Amino acid sequence: MADDHHDHHDHDHDHSELSETQLRVRALETVLTEKGYVDPAALDLLIETYEKKVGPRNGARVVAKAWSDPAYRARLLKDGTPAIGEVGYAGRQGEHIVVLENTPKLHNVVVCTLCSCYPWPVLGLPPVWYKSAPYRSRTVADPRSVLADFGVRLPNDTEIRVWDSTAEIRYLVLPMRPQGTEGWSEDRLADLVTRDSMIGTGLPKSPQDLK
Amino acid sequence: MNGGQDLGGTQGHGPVVPEPNEPVFHDEWEKRAFALTLAMSMPGGWNIDMGRFARENRPSGEYLAMSYYQIWFAALETMLKQRDLVSDDEIVVGHALQPPKPVKRILLPADVEKTLHRGGPTERDTNTKPAFAVGERVRAKNINPVTHTRLPRYVRGRLGTIERVLGCHVFPDSNAHGLGEDPKWLYTVRFEGRELWGDGADPTVQVSVDAWEPYLEKE
Repeated sequence: MADDHHDHHDHDHDHSELSETQLRVRALETVLTEKGYVDPAALDLLIETYEKKVGPRNGARVVAKAWSDPAYRARLLKDGTPAIGEVGYAGRQGEHIVVLENTPKLHNVVVCTLCSCYPWPVLGLPPVWYKSAPYRSRTVADPRSVLADFGVRLPNDTEIRVWDSTAEIRYLVLPMRPQGTEGWSEDRLADLVTRDSMIGTGLPKSPQDLK
Repeated sequence: MNGGQDLGGTQGHGPVVPEPNEPVFHDEWEKRAFALTLAMSMPGGWNIDMGRFARENRPSGEYLAMSYYQIWFAALETMLKQRDLVSDDEIVVGHALQPPKPVKRILLPADVEKTLHRGGPTERDTNTKPAFAVGERVRAKNINPVTHTRLPRYVRGRLGTIERVLGCHVFPDSNAHGLGEDPKWLYTVRFEGRELWGDGADPTVQVSVDAWEPYLEKE
């Protein structure tokens, strides 16, 4: 036993918190599967959906369509959920979507100070920073300093509007269309739309960035 | 509850660190913990508000020291144990030791897509009328429940303006504790940055929260 204990102690370094968690998650999945509460194939499908199918490319298509089609833009800003549904995106964590329009005078930023609310159907799952204490604590108190962490600097007189997602309303920022993109197709425009530009912590790429 | 999750305006957390080309998951166990949490809500019979409360209802120091999927996984364990679906000794040995409890239904592969697409809308029909109108001045109540609430501390007692009337929605303060959906009118309430943070705050900043009617009172 003494030797065992010694061994265990020696291996403390590779027995990180992470691997303990890993073992526990695996154990729980086995138990739940044996009891017939989960079908592992359904788990695989859930993971595949958010790794491969649902992500910020969805939101980029919505934004590009709004940039190209004034009637769509109007519908999107009036009632986001059905307009986003027109493009085929709906459901979990996007049951009620409100779209926020950036203008030269107003910049919108979205946060969830209480947890990690985020519009999954159009942006996928939130990045780690969005769920982190620094972002959740400072965005409502000092959004300019948070934007600075992303390398974004706005004119001093631009109004900043922070939306704290405290209910089941999910917010998507409609960024301003970059200059020099007249006549571009929706597909090409979508390449300019970054995830962060739809959260408000970034700006779309410019045509030069794609070169 | 005024727990570790209520982070708005707290200090000392350092800079935001974006991760270039961040993967959707950082480890295999995160994928499984995520998928288990989604899939188990069906046989487990819990709602989104119960899930949120299970995540935040832990010592603040612990909450802040855990990664987000660690919090998810800990909450999943809590909810499973509360409902006697899994016991600690089963997780330790990694096998079922007790017979399964009957559950209504489980998430089948064929149902994944439509279940996600349907989601869980929270707006409900009502015969009531909203107490507040767009443009009206309201104060967020100074409440400090030890149970689940979605009114962040940083707006409590502060004066704001109704910006949108969002419909009548399931009330988390009730739904999280199995006391029914008890739908209430929901509003977007906008606050001046200076009302929240004092005269030294950036005058160009405005912040809104979505607040249910019981959180608000007339000026």
